[in-house]
Amino acid sequence: MIPLVKKASAGTGRGPLAPLLARKWKEAKRSKALYAMLAPFFLIFFTFTVLPVCLSLLVSFTDFNMLEFPQWVGWRNYAQLFVRDDVFLIALKNTLIFAAVTGPVSYVACFVLAWIINEFPPKLRAFATLVFYAPALSGSAFIVWTLLFSSDSYGYINAFLLKWHLILEPILWLKTPKYILPIIIIVQLWLSLGTSFLAFIAGLQSMDKNLFEAGAIDGIRNRWQELWFITLPSMRPMLMFGAVIQITASFGVAEVATALAGFPSVKYAGHTIVTHLMDYGSIRFEMGYASAIATVLFAMMLGSNLIVRRLLAKVGE
Amino acid sequence: MLFLVLAAVGYFMAMPLVFVISNAFKPINEILKFPPDFLVKHPTLTNFTDLYHLLSGSWVPFTRYLFNTFFIAIAGTAGHVLIASMAAYPLAKRKFPGRAMLFSVVVLSLMFSATVTQITNYMTMSWLGFLDTHWAVIVPAIGSSLGLYLMKQFMEQIPDALLEAAQIDGCSEFRIFWNVVMPVVRPAWLTLIIFSFQGLWGAGGAAGSMYIYSEQLKTIDYALGQILAGGIIRTGPSMAATLLLLTVPILIFVLSQSSVIQTMSTSGMKD
Repeated sequence: MIPLVKKASAGTGRGPLAPLLARKWKEAKRSKALYAMLAPFFLIFFTFTVLPVCLSLLVSFTDFNMLEFPQWVGWRNYAQLFVRDDVFLIALKNTLIFAAVTGPVSYVACFVLAWIINEFPPKLRAFATLVFYAPALSGSAFIVWTLLFSSDSYGYINAFLLKWHLILEPILWLKTPKYILPIIIIVQLWLSLGTSFLAFIAGLQSMDKNLFEAGAIDGIRNRWQELWFITLPSMRPMLMFGAVIQITASFGVAEVATALAGFPSVKYAGHTIVTHLMDYGSIRFEMGYASAIATVLFAMMLGSNLIVRRLLAKVGE
Repeated sequence: MLFLVLAAVGYFMAMPLVFVISNAFKPINEILKFPPDFLVKHPTLTNFTDLYHLLSGSWVPFTRYLFNTFFIAIAGTAGHVLIASMAAYPLAKRKFPGRAMLFSVVVLSLMFSATVTQITNYMTMSWLGFLDTHWAVIVPAIGSSLGLYLMKQFMEQIPDALLEAAQIDGCSEFRIFWNVVMPVVRPAWLTLIIFSFQGLWGAGGAAGSMYIYSEQLKTIDYALGQILAGGIIRTGPSMAATLLLLTVPILIFVLSQSSVIQTMSTSGMKD
């Protein structure tokens, strides 16, 4: 930040921009104490969040194995990704399916559940919040699903189906390609009532109650109209925040997939862009190729966030 | 109708965790029973003692895994709350060149996850000498942008009059932050604590496995994975371990829930 301003102020006296820059520089010098307070956080933040994105964009145009000096290869990594790498195309397809299902479903679920429990008395509401939020809180506890979907007859779901004679022999849930994707989606949904859910509860609770009275006078007749014309528009900032969190999470599926279906999974049925990234980045050390994958993922996350922001701006209009 | 939906979703959410609790107390004959019962009939603590024996038998002592987990979670959380709050104060309450730019970068960073940065971070970590140390997990967590964002949004509602009074008394910016702002934003710290702690508590699995190789630096949930790999016969002890692991963040959340909700009410994003 500061060096940038310094360089600019060196040109004082030339052009109409100069006085403005000089004033900014003076302001910046006066705010020294503030910059000192910002420095520790932004130093870490830039090193581990901003710089990596820029660096990864750069490295994605090279061939780099961490040992030799990177070689510029232009678009080759990207061309290979989309034309030659069949496994990447499977990963891309799976990631899009995950995102298209878990993103919207979890987002709507977060809101609807928050909306229902909002009218509960405080004690009951706190309890319901805990029940819904507990899975997101409990971290690695999702491995309990491997027991539920265990492939022998001790697996709870197999045992249940066997008992009611719905199946004749245990199903190899996590080893059969057609079941892997739906199971990961279920577990991912189980984990997804997180930060956005809390944000929606908070947003609904802090709503101005006068708005509903005013709405009743203006001819709002039922709960659905109230929801669309009053609740949703006044929740818009919260909805934006929730959307960002949910979208980002829905593209990052990997941990659950590898823990449940193994790595690599049978016929790559649980392979996602992130697991593909880990394969090339931390196993094969093809950093250039891995960076190209990371850049594609970054573009997908950012792109869908920006599109959804546009759509949400229309809510309640 | 709505309550039916709520009950169904509630069952779906709670069922696996109830399964964990129930299995953690099942004696071995109930675990091996077919068809398995969902709930425990004769609860016992043998799984917990078995867990203790299993772990004390491994060549890295159990207390070492425990220490690693606590060290990462506590150091990372404490650093994050202090450093993110210190940066949030100028962003929320002061005007200076570069403020809008810094904040929009923070908001932008919420739109992609850490998975995007992990490849390049691996290289950065190796240059900084962070590989195979706890710092590889702790330091990036300190600079997490979600915490800064929530803290900044919460600090915006502090009345300016409060800060002006301190300024007239001749307090430095740091003194204002530390003595005036920090006590007022207590609900927001608790929120940052729960989010950061929860992320780091399970971090041994995701980030940890990427940057940390030494056995004696690994965390509890890595040890847990090892136990679970022992198959059906290890179900009891591994469920006992899962139960112990998930109690900690849930307990923190129960104690801080109202503060968290209070903080989240300012989390909205203006367009």
